Amino acid sequence: MANSEYLLQVEHLKEYFPVRAGLAKTIHLKAVDDVSFAIRPGETLGLVGESGCGKTTVGRTLLQLYKPTAGRIIFDGKVIFDSGEQYDENGQLKLDANGKPVMGKKVHVDMLPYRKEMQMVFQDPYSSLNPRMTVEDIIGEPLDVHKLCSNKKERHERVMELMELVGLNAEHAMRYPHEFSGGQRQRIGIARALAVNPKFIVCDEPVSALDVSIQAQVVNMFEDLQEKLGVAYLFIAHDLLVVHHISDRIAVMYLGKMMELADADELNDNPIHPYTQSLLSAVPVPDPRTARASKRIVLEGDVPSPLHMPSGCPFRTRCRYATEQCAKAMPPFTDRGNGHFVACWNK
Amino acid sequence: MTYAENGMPEKNPLSVQIDLSKFSSADFEPATADEKAQQEVMGESVTFFKDGCRRLMKNKLAVGSIVVLVLLLLSIIIIPFFVPYSYEDIITVDGRRDKTATNLAPFEWSQREQQYMEETGEKLFPHVMGTDSLGRDYFIRVIYGTRVSLAVGLVASIMVLIIGLIYGSISGWCGGTVDIIMMRIVDIIYSLPDTLMIILLSVVLNETLKPVIEKVPLLQSLGTNMIALFLVFGLLYWVGMARLVRGQILTIKQNEYVLAARTIGTPSGRILRKHILPNCLSVIIISVALQIPSAIFTESYLSFLGIGVKVPMPSLGSLANEARAGINSYPMKLVFPSLIICLIVLAFNLLGDGLRDAFDPKLKR
Ligand SMILES: Nc1ncnc2c1ncn2[C@@H]1O[C@H](COP(=O)(O)OP(=O)(O)OP(=O)(O)O)[C@@H](O)[C@H]1O
Ligand code: SF4
Ligand SMILES: [Mg+2]
Repeated sequence: MANSEYLLQVEHLKEYFPVRAGLAKTIHLKAVDDVSFAIRPGETLGLVGESGCGKTTVGRTLLQLYKPTAGRIIFDGKVIFDSGEQYDENGQLKLDANGKPVMGKKVHVDMLPYRKEMQMVFQDPYSSLNPRMTVEDIIGEPLDVHKLCSNKKERHERVMELMELVGLNAEHAMRYPHEFSGGQRQRIGIARALAVNPKFIVCDEPVSALDVSIQAQVVNMFEDLQEKLGVAYLFIAHDLLVVHHISDRIAVMYLGKMMELADADELNDNPIHPYTQSLLSAVPVPDPRTARASKRIVLEGDVPSPLHMPSGCPFRTRCRYATEQCAKAMPPFTDRGNGHFVACWNK
Repeated sequence: MTYAENGMPEKNPLSVQIDLSKFSSADFEPATADEKAQQEVMGESVTFFKDGCRRLMKNKLAVGSIVVLVLLLLSIIIIPFFVPYSYEDIITVDGRRDKTATNLAPFEWSQREQQYMEETGEKLFPHVMGTDSLGRDYFIRVIYGTRVSLAVGLVASIMVLIIGLIYGSISGWCGGTVDIIMMRIVDIIYSLPDTLMIILLSVVLNETLKPVIEKVPLLQSLGTNMIALFLVFGLLYWVGMARLVRGQILTIKQNEYVLAARTIGTPSGRILRKHILPNCLSVIIISVALQIPSAIFTESYLSFLGIGVKVPMPSLGSLANEARAGINSYPMKLVFPSLIICLIVLAFNLLGDGLRDAFDPKLKR
């Protein structure tokens, strides 16, 4: 339950999307399935995984932009969402005598006050800014909605301050987004997220749409801002190099499930899960003179469709270590020491 | 890989990349602050609206259409004050009906008129387009016909806009089951044969509306047919607008800036007002501009079929219909109203196209 060490705790979070299959039939797409993690104040948790594995959905569900199908979210010691299911110490769902889950209290708070605490930076700097609004109005909107400024002048000054904070020329406040480059637009998005002084920001692949040369600038800015303001990040990316650079801890997802979670260096030097190992072996090394000695592990086969997930461990169709047990049940997400969590039967 | 003396990798003879060994590391100095600042220089700030207007003004056809429409509008407002004839009365000379003034050619006077002018020395106003078979001045009838046709086009388009905008917004914004049901209704209306429906509806409405309209003087002066026409257009043509608005809202809803607004905590009403409607406004304006000529066209053919506006009120379509009878002897009578219909429809279509080119952001990039 609530642990004062953490700013944000996510327990057994599930997000199933109904998908129409035929006329009257709907099936569920398990975009996020039983994901748990926690973030300390001022910390960066990196979240990596292939395209379509549910990273964005985790971020959006956290902020209640989608109503979670199940799970519990605790922010700053307060439960902001709880679907009521209970779990025992081993992470198994508690069932009553009839095989129905034991239900606790349901919680679904009004998110408005929390919108000031949790913010988001979006992936696409082109579609995340309204083309009909000036930069001043874009950055000022959160100030208006939460009534953080009492008059026009104060609002203007705050917007200027924010623009300078993210390295934008404050003289450009009256311009429209289409007049800015991708990197500058992303900075506008960051300024908008920072306007309410949040404690936590979900950064959804904030640099993957940018040029490599600009990526480094923006990533460094994220680090500087963290130092200055003490915000915590959930930093989503599919580039392990970037994530390793910025994160304190890294979580690896595959098909909606959490596979491994560990300190950034620990994960990099000592990956345990077969999927993480293959991901790391595919990271291009910047200097060929010091090319990694280890052999590249090439994954065979395709990612299964999230609509037809394999039974048991979702990775078993492509895993070199797969055994019969892997098909029977999902391996538990267990601590292998020093907060290094892994979900695998055989490793 | 091998390296040249200056530390740069040597080019593989088969590689198409630049030969780096020709450069030294000195060629790859980081840019100075000044050089970076030069990259930052930005163009003159332009708002979306100004930008669109500028592009519209560059489009010669669109500017020409605006000029034509403004001239037409001015003439239908001003000309009736100067022409001493009325669209419904037979020409009178000296207070008496002039039976000889039928089917005159343009700028011709009847015998009685010529006589009158010789006797008094007074110059009568010329019949610019001649007169019709009943002896009414044709010019003023065409002007009034244009008035009626334009009014029908505008009012019908506004009705379509209002109904379509409300219906489409609800459907697009709510989504889900509400959207599915609302759109099936639209599909049903869309699949009705519209010419047949218009004819049936205008006949039925004509009869049922009569008692109501006769009580209200303002409506009475408009005429039952005209009101029935407005209603018919409103009832049938809003479906296209509703579909358009719904589609726009659905696509704009997908944009991350709407999600960003929700992350901020912006209430739904404000999201609709500040983020969604401003972004579909240009498409709506364009389609209204294209709706007007289609309503004018429909009114014209209804009047041509004889179920449009009520006599003696002329419309461009009914004028053309009347002219059909004497087409062999007096072809000019058909040419004038047809020409004006063409002019209006063409001008609105070109203007609509120009607006789309200037304001539709999808064509911009
Ligand atoms: N609103 C939605 N309705 C239905 N399915 C959805 C919805 N949003 C996402 N999905 C599905 O959920 C899965 C996970 O999507 P998500 O966007 O979270 O992936 P991602 O890891 O962020 O991928 P990427 O790296 O490409 O951004 C995908 O299969 C996607 O098709
Ligand atoms: S549980 Fe089995 S299939 Fe899954 S990663 Fe481990 S060994 Fe591979
Ligand atoms: Mg994503």
